[in-house]
Amino acid sequence: MKLQVPLLITFLAGVFMAVQFFVPHELGQTAFGELLNWGRIVAAFALVLGIQSLLRTHVEKIRRRRRDWPYSTVAIASFVMMVVIGIGFGSDRGSGFDWVFTHVQVPLDATMFSLLAFFIASAAFRTFRARSTEATLLLVAAVVVMLGRVPGSLIVVFGHSGAGEWLHTNMPDVSEWIMNFPSVAGKRGIIFGVALGSIATALRIMLGIERSHLGGGSGGGGDE
Amino acid sequence: MTTWDRLLDLDRRWIFLGIALAVVIPIVTKYALPQGKPAPPTVAVYDYIDDLKPGDVVMIAFDYSPSSMPELQPQALAVVRHLFERDLRVLSVSLNPQGTALGREVLATIGDELGAVDGVDYVHLGFKPGGSQVILGMGESIEVVYPTTADGRKISGLPIMAGVRNYDDVALLIDFAAGNLPFAWIAYAGERYKQDIACGITAVMATDLYPYLQSDQIIGLINGLKGAAEYEYLMGLDPTEAPGMLGMSAQSIAHLLIIVLVIAGNIAYFASGRHRRR
Repeated sequence: MKLQVPLLITFLAGVFMAVQFFVPHELGQTAFGELLNWGRIVAAFALVLGIQSLLRTHVEKIRRRRRDWPYSTVAIASFVMMVVIGIGFGSDRGSGFDWVFTHVQVPLDATMFSLLAFFIASAAFRTFRARSTEATLLLVAAVVVMLGRVPGSLIVVFGHSGAGEWLHTNMPDVSEWIMNFPSVAGKRGIIFGVALGSIATALRIMLGIERSHLGGGSGGGGDE
Repeated sequence: MTTWDRLLDLDRRWIFLGIALAVVIPIVTKYALPQGKPAPPTVAVYDYIDDLKPGDVVMIAFDYSPSSMPELQPQALAVVRHLFERDLRVLSVSLNPQGTALGREVLATIGDELGAVDGVDYVHLGFKPGGSQVILGMGESIEVVYPTTADGRKISGLPIMAGVRNYDDVALLIDFAAGNLPFAWIAYAGERYKQDIACGITAVMATDLYPYLQSDQIIGLINGLKGAAEYEYLMGLDPTEAPGMLGMSAQSIAHLLIIVLVIAGNIAYFASGRHRRR
């Protein structure tokens, strides 16, 4: 029963959601709306699980004095502080929560991400080589798209000469063409592949072949 | 060791220094480079908004975090300015918990500057967990999903909500995002409820969104910092003050440096004979 009931619910819910999409009957739409409400409530519980997982991971790390455990104390202290400030004093504009978000979270997050620029520049210099025909094509396309994305840089190199103005005007079009045709052609193939894979996975879950969502294993066998 | 070998073994700290200078100098000196002509996907968003009637409702989803702010915040500032200047009603939501504070800041900053009134000209509904469930739910009823605003006011009594029930009453949805949420908006709000959608995205996401642009599943696309600069250019903003155009100067010089480094790296690679040692 522990297995059959969840599998039956999964099957019925899956079939219902697929069928109601094509049948705009009022009864189906009402049930659909109700299921959406349930879905949002379940999703809200995911936040609780996330908090529990965060705390458990870091408390365990501190307890066992694992490598870099002092950082875990910072993580827990930050979490508790934000909860207290947010719940205790509100999170509206101008509140303490908003101040911490704007003056701590925003610069920290932006700084972490901006470090990428330095590493990408270094990595591009060291590894982006025209080692083969494919790599050469990739390199040329990348340089053209990059120049098309920053046409102002062409004025820096060529000045306001005829060539500079021509490249400044037309390089974005060449970049746009690469994005619109060769890139979309490849991307669309990938999208079709992913879509077919998603349908296959959905069918496997609905039919009970894929069971990893029930927990306790990687699923896919029906060996329970 | 030849000059080429020395170049290939260049200490990466020199590269870091070069990138830092390429970014900092244009921003500090407010060096404004000429903008290229705006890309058609950006112009499409601008024209669509320009053609809306005053009082039409535009929903904005602020689905990004501070890590993507340099690209997406200038886009959002420019678009919200355009919406307020056109006297459009703005509803904003966020499916990213960090996006809600960023979105509120954009609306309040531009709203204060242009005299837009909270609750009348715009309202920030804030964050809800659930992703696609939230998107689908608003197709049935916005009020059921968001009974209150982000700061706790009931939305049913707000003047801005007059005649607004679900996507049928929303002229355009704009998703500013740095992740997978545009695909959820397109699949659920766009395909199921036939909601017109535009996206403002980070540049690395562009290849993922172009197929949807080509198939008319989105009406336009604001692409990275360049898209923000293009939008500001279309708005006629001051290039030495507008964050997108100002940022583009720094990005242009940094990209140019990266291209020079790639070309120099390849020349050194072949000239040093290392390609034969592979």
